[in-house]
Amino acid sequence: MGMVEAILLTIATAATPLLLAAIGELVSERSGVLNLGVEGMMVMGAVTGFAVAYTTGSPWLGAVAAIVVGALFSLLFGFLTLTLVTNQVATGLALTLLGLGLSGMIGERFIGLPGVKMETISIPFLSDLPLVGRLVFGQDPIFYISIALTAAVTWFLFRSRAGLTMRAVGDSHDSAHALGIKVIAIRYLAVMFGGACAGLAGAYLSLVYTPQWVENMTAGRGWIALALVVFASWRPWRVLAGAYLFGAVSIGQLHAQALGIGIPSQFLSALPYLATIVVLVLISRNRRLTMMNTPASLGRPFVPDR
Amino acid sequence: MKKTILALAAATALMSVGTAMAQEKTKACFIYVGPIGDFGWSYQHHQGVLEMQKEIGEDKVEIAYLESVPEGADAERAIERFARSGCDIVFTTSFGYMDATNKVAGRFPDVKFEHATGYKREHPNVSTYNSKFHEGRYVQGVIAASMSEVGTAGYIASFPIPEVVMGIDAFVLGAQSVNPDFKVKVVWANTWFDPGKEADAAKALIDQGVDIITQHTDSTAPMQVAAERGIKAFGQASDMIEFGPETQLTSIVDDWGPYYIERVKAVMDGTWEQIDVWGGMGAGHVVMAPYANMPDDVKKLAEETEAKIASGEFDPFTGPINKQDGSVWLKEGEVAEEGVLLGLNFYVEGVDDQLPQ
Repeated sequence: MGMVEAILLTIATAATPLLLAAIGELVSERSGVLNLGVEGMMVMGAVTGFAVAYTTGSPWLGAVAAIVVGALFSLLFGFLTLTLVTNQVATGLALTLLGLGLSGMIGERFIGLPGVKMETISIPFLSDLPLVGRLVFGQDPIFYISIALTAAVTWFLFRSRAGLTMRAVGDSHDSAHALGIKVIAIRYLAVMFGGACAGLAGAYLSLVYTPQWVENMTAGRGWIALALVVFASWRPWRVLAGAYLFGAVSIGQLHAQALGIGIPSQFLSALPYLATIVVLVLISRNRRLTMMNTPASLGRPFVPDR
Repeated sequence: MKKTILALAAATALMSVGTAMAQEKTKACFIYVGPIGDFGWSYQHHQGVLEMQKEIGEDKVEIAYLESVPEGADAERAIERFARSGCDIVFTTSFGYMDATNKVAGRFPDVKFEHATGYKREHPNVSTYNSKFHEGRYVQGVIAASMSEVGTAGYIASFPIPEVVMGIDAFVLGAQSVNPDFKVKVVWANTWFDPGKEADAAKALIDQGVDIITQHTDSTAPMQVAAERGIKAFGQASDMIEFGPETQLTSIVDDWGPYYIERVKAVMDGTWEQIDVWGGMGAGHVVMAPYANMPDDVKKLAEETEAKIASGEFDPFTGPINKQDGSVWLKEGEVAEEGVLLGLNFYVEGVDDQLPQ
């Protein structure tokens, strides 16, 4: 395996959890719900994935359990913000704090245990192709899911009737309600999709990226995913571009340090954030298009008047 | 109504009994910077606390602790809360609690305070304690240079503070005592704890050709990466052999148990006095995990080095040592003063990195 190939593989691993969490949050936000609990849902997914995989020996069961727990955990957020109409920002923050605490409690007895790693796939001949072999045909299954999910969400949002309905809910819940669309039900589904994706992103950390459980192992990735959605102006492929750019610069700066080029490491550590923001702001600089993509009802509570 | 009052009275009676019992016990309280589940720094402190409680007996000592207390203003509130709530001794276990600990200590002269890794003792009821982890890093350097085929090790560092710089210098000095041309590549993760980032740093270093990984960050992720790539590595803070049964050469294990036992007992006997402890291998504060995955001659060399340091016969920072730019730091036979080490902000000759300022 050449060095370039190794670097590209590392970048894909770094980008996949961000992409998964961000795609989920994008759908939630497109329906008009701002869920700041991504970090909390992700860390719940991480602990569930690890615990189930460790107990059963099957990383697949772990991933499925993480998806379910992520969705259920987001359901709590949905119930509070959609049914009880609490403030979305405050509830999201509370969800993150709850997730970090609860996962620490659940995961206590799994600390210091080596986990079960989800194997990468291997296709004879194709996986051995030079340069692109491992990259295209030899990664872990969740990597392929993340790419497929991006394509599926794009199709859903912009090519399907259901997607159009959901975007309508996110843009003007009053108009959608007047048309007889079930605003609350659609938002529940969108929030749960976001939770499921965040759960899978968390499982990716504890099953593929670093197969172990330690408290707070998401280390802020949920917040980066949230920022990606905004800077990508709610467009799925831009989220993917942002996640990979962030991953590439993160890995690149580590290599720059190891090579010993004389740039201060504090600056290099900040570079992924700077580069991603600058690039995404530049590609989203058409204000009219950005306004068009921003869900107009984002974060606004909805109470049906009759 | 009557029932409620009765219940309340009963509860009050129970509570006063509880307090009376608690007063017979000594209460030791601990402030941690991270979660006790980090399997690193705070985890090891907590293991020491549990060891202390087991040794002295749960009937004689009561413990209380707060996890993930941010360094700074919040810490002062947390420490003060402990001081008010009847703690006899409060341990604050991170460098950043230094000023807060001293401030609270001034207001509670009857409570004993112990601050880990700091140097300020402004009141007679404040002690400081630390461990010479760099002694372990010197031994690791000796092992690394004996084991490496390419002659280069990768070092995942956290923040450029004296403690970490000291570790890198000691590692390099140990390695050069075996192979004078040994190189160390340093990557600064700028975090104490981010398993993903630490894993990425390890991958980057391995991709650039190092065949030994050592770390001064707190997660087991670099060990797992090294295991996956089939190279050797050193653990950090706790014994990480489970994460690399065929990978871990050894690990520096922080053992705070003996110190906590000694100090809590001193409070119980009334013999507690202000001290400043910087214990190393000799005092049993720094323990090396069993040497593994290495040939017998390397193991023997490591054990000899460890014994020499533990007995005080040899100090890792003994001249001749040059600074990175080639100027003389320590002359032949000269040993670095502890004060200089505690504020160390430069590399020794042979580190292949620019120290962030």
